[in-house]
Amino acid sequence: MYVAVKGGERAIAKSHELLARARRGDPGVPELSIAQIKEQLRLAVARVMSEGSLYDEDLAALAIKQAAGDLIEAIFLLRAYRTTLPRLSESQPLATGRMRLARRISAAFKDLPGGQVLGPTYDYTQRLLDFSLMDEVSETMPAGAASAEAFAEPFAESIVAPGIGELLGREGLLEAALPKADDPAPYDLTRDPLLFPVDRATRLQNLARGDEGFLLAMGYSTQRGYSTTHPFAGEIRHGAVPVEVFVDELGFAVEVGEIELTECQLITDFEGSATQAPQFTRGYGLAFGHAERKAMAMALVDRALRAREFGEQINLRDHPANNEEFVLSHSDNVEASGFVQHLKLPHYVDFQSNLDLLRRLRTEWEAARAAANREAA
Amino acid sequence: MSVQDGYNFAYLDEQTKRMIRRALLKAVAIPGYQVPFGSREMPLPYGWGTGGIQVTASLIGADDVLKVIDQGADDTTNAVNIRSFFRKVTGVATTEQTREATLIQTRHRIPETPLAAGQILVFQVPIPEPLRWLEPREAETRTMHALREYGVMHVKLYEDIARHGRIATTYDYPVIVNDHYLMRPSPIPKFDNPKLHRNPALMLFGAGREKRVYAVPPYTDVRSLDFDDHPFAIERWEQPCALCAATDSYLDEIILDDAGNRMFVCSDTEYCAGRQAAGHKGALAA
Amino acid sequence: MKPAIPLLQVKDLAKFYGNRVGCEQVSFNLYPGEVLCVAGESGSGKSTLLNTLAFHQRPDAGSIRYDLREEGVTDLATLPDARLRELWRTDWGFVRQNPADGLRMRVSAGANIGERLMAVGDRHYGDIRGVAKDWLQRVEIDETRLDDAPSSFSGGMRQRLQIARNLVTEPRLVFMDEPTAGLDVSVQARFLDLLRRLVAELRIAVILVTHDLAVARLLAHRLIVMRHGRIVETGLTDQLLDDPQHPYTQLLVSSVLNA
Repeated sequence: MYVAVKGGERAIAKSHELLARARRGDPGVPELSIAQIKEQLRLAVARVMSEGSLYDEDLAALAIKQAAGDLIEAIFLLRAYRTTLPRLSESQPLATGRMRLARRISAAFKDLPGGQVLGPTYDYTQRLLDFSLMDEVSETMPAGAASAEAFAEPFAESIVAPGIGELLGREGLLEAALPKADDPAPYDLTRDPLLFPVDRATRLQNLARGDEGFLLAMGYSTQRGYSTTHPFAGEIRHGAVPVEVFVDELGFAVEVGEIELTECQLITDFEGSATQAPQFTRGYGLAFGHAERKAMAMALVDRALRAREFGEQINLRDHPANNEEFVLSHSDNVEASGFVQHLKLPHYVDFQSNLDLLRRLRTEWEAARAAANREAA
Repeated sequence: MSVQDGYNFAYLDEQTKRMIRRALLKAVAIPGYQVPFGSREMPLPYGWGTGGIQVTASLIGADDVLKVIDQGADDTTNAVNIRSFFRKVTGVATTEQTREATLIQTRHRIPETPLAAGQILVFQVPIPEPLRWLEPREAETRTMHALREYGVMHVKLYEDIARHGRIATTYDYPVIVNDHYLMRPSPIPKFDNPKLHRNPALMLFGAGREKRVYAVPPYTDVRSLDFDDHPFAIERWEQPCALCAATDSYLDEIILDDAGNRMFVCSDTEYCAGRQAAGHKGALAA
Repeated sequence: MKPAIPLLQVKDLAKFYGNRVGCEQVSFNLYPGEVLCVAGESGSGKSTLLNTLAFHQRPDAGSIRYDLREEGVTDLATLPDARLRELWRTDWGFVRQNPADGLRMRVSAGANIGERLMAVGDRHYGDIRGVAKDWLQRVEIDETRLDDAPSSFSGGMRQRLQIARNLVTEPRLVFMDEPTAGLDVSVQARFLDLLRRLVAELRIAVILVTHDLAVARLLAHRLIVMRHGRIVETGLTDQLLDDPQHPYTQLLVSSVLNA
């Protein structure tokens, strides 16, 4: 006698219970607060906001907490919430040249107006584990911080400097990147499907939402010969930029707040033609919060995807980073994670179908071999 | 704040539902054609039925009766999860009875109980493009569909026969819809392909991650690809269902013990239970 | 005998990449069954010309007229995409330098040959297989290799398979891009022999691009010599090679003789 398995509903309810317990861990250890995550895991919050396409530090921190630190799961949570939000209006293009800088470096120039601003960076930390952080209570302010406020606000000094694009653009050495009069309204990938071929603005939108690890690997591949670009880090800047919305009733734009951004301008090989004097071209990266790795990888991939635009010799089969369909179709970690993990779902109907065929093929194969053996004998 | 209060009926906002319904209307007007649509981020993972869920959400009304199956069964965890999602965000009645349902969302099967006019069957689709493995470029496959350049599909079937002596595609078996578009029927076993042909129900296909919907309207011709000398054929079993003795249904194989003993039972649990209730009794029935 | 109407008429053809010339001011006629070689060094524009002639890329100026089986002489620019693509897989062939670009490397030789038949609607497995087997023999590949993938073939066999895959629909015009360039010298002779025989038997017109004047000498009725995207000299192959007029052709010919 056989009784079919039942009880999916109960199993799921139980699983939710277990998950809540696993997320909380030992109840003897104090629970994480949203404020703690926001303040002390700011880079995780930045990544979740960027790839979740929603600038909201509190919700991103909540998602990280709910996902027990699994950032891709947190991005998924934030996106699923974002879907239900109305889109109220479009902001004016952000003027990143007006950024209040926390950090700004250029690898192309030794010095430039506004100077090199090292700011908070892991670059020169020597990566020795700081065992003093093992002690939980360090209420003391780091030496040199004038006040709690100045410590929490790294760009209190308000350095504002023109971007490298503006500096080189004055001489015409770098291609301009200005909106054209006939530019179409920006496509919204969260509302409309990605259709190939796509314009650069849409491509950048896809990359901005793209998985940092994927972009890092793709960008890396272009440096190792799987593409033909030779970039310089023209400028990497991180800081706060005002967001403005044009109000029809007033007839002018109004600042509605400030967001933190990281921007990367890569300067690459020059191009020219009969009608256009030679100039450097660029790759562009932009991310919410402090996210230099993401912004740089994005800029490398952006430039690689422009190869066709500049008539560069490309080999789509061997150079995946030049392949628009390949890159843009596989950059999204929520899509990728869902599809990879859907293999966990039952497939036994299909499997049965294959099993049935395999048995049949094996029977036929055995029969054919037996016949061949008889003939040979 | 409870979940029901925080979200619109059926989760999606009305604008989005209208957008999806417009895409579905186009899909019905051009049977088998993949219509791009603005697939939304859903609270279930991509690959787990987000396309089907969006199609269902865009169509479902307060009077609908919903049935959700996965692998033919109403009680697999994924079916349970999707059903409970819709109960939560719509409050509509749900059922396991194929005949009672007005809307059926399915993954990998078409119910054994014949569908009737007026019913809607919604398929979850992982990869909508039948030419994907032969031609990875989207721009090129669009042209191939427009011009009905499907010879290359037969290369795959030819290769199967050359290698195995028969066509070795067993599920997601490609079909031609209404004498034009080549279509993937989603990973249903080829056993179910004949049910697609001139079915009285409306069949809708949703691919969330790939952002496409397509449709087979009621009573549309659906032909499975084959060769003249290697005609399309479905799976057969040597024994009837061990529980309900059905000889006309798709059977799952269940391993009973460590010694490898196995039994074959209907994959469509509702069909099987119905037959047992009507007095049909298989060899291993209680 | 009255001369037939040209199969292909090319007039003032040009293709540019930005401000760089791919090819320009190219004009010639090609008659049924005629083998035309386009010779020149790499970078001379001969591959650009071939791809433009085959309409894989649209010319920027000039016209290409082809004598279609049904419609007769037609300007290719006016041909709808559907008909153009049909032309590519029926009445035209294109043989690539690297067989991996012209074959499906992971499906059997039989399926490679049968693809065009299936594309035009053949739906009988046994018949398709029969034709494929027959073509395998015609290109001197053992018929026991019918179900093997070309990845297990030698370079020469792959190139012969590519020929069979293209000729199975009996096209009237075949484009060839350096088909011998990847082959060992010992294999080249056999391949060229086979090619010459098949082309003559089936009366196929061929436009073949090569940097190798020896290939041109063996196969071509007529020869076009290109440099910097333009035709510098054209004529009957033997005449042109024995008595080159243009200094560039003279240089090419003498460099072969001295080699």
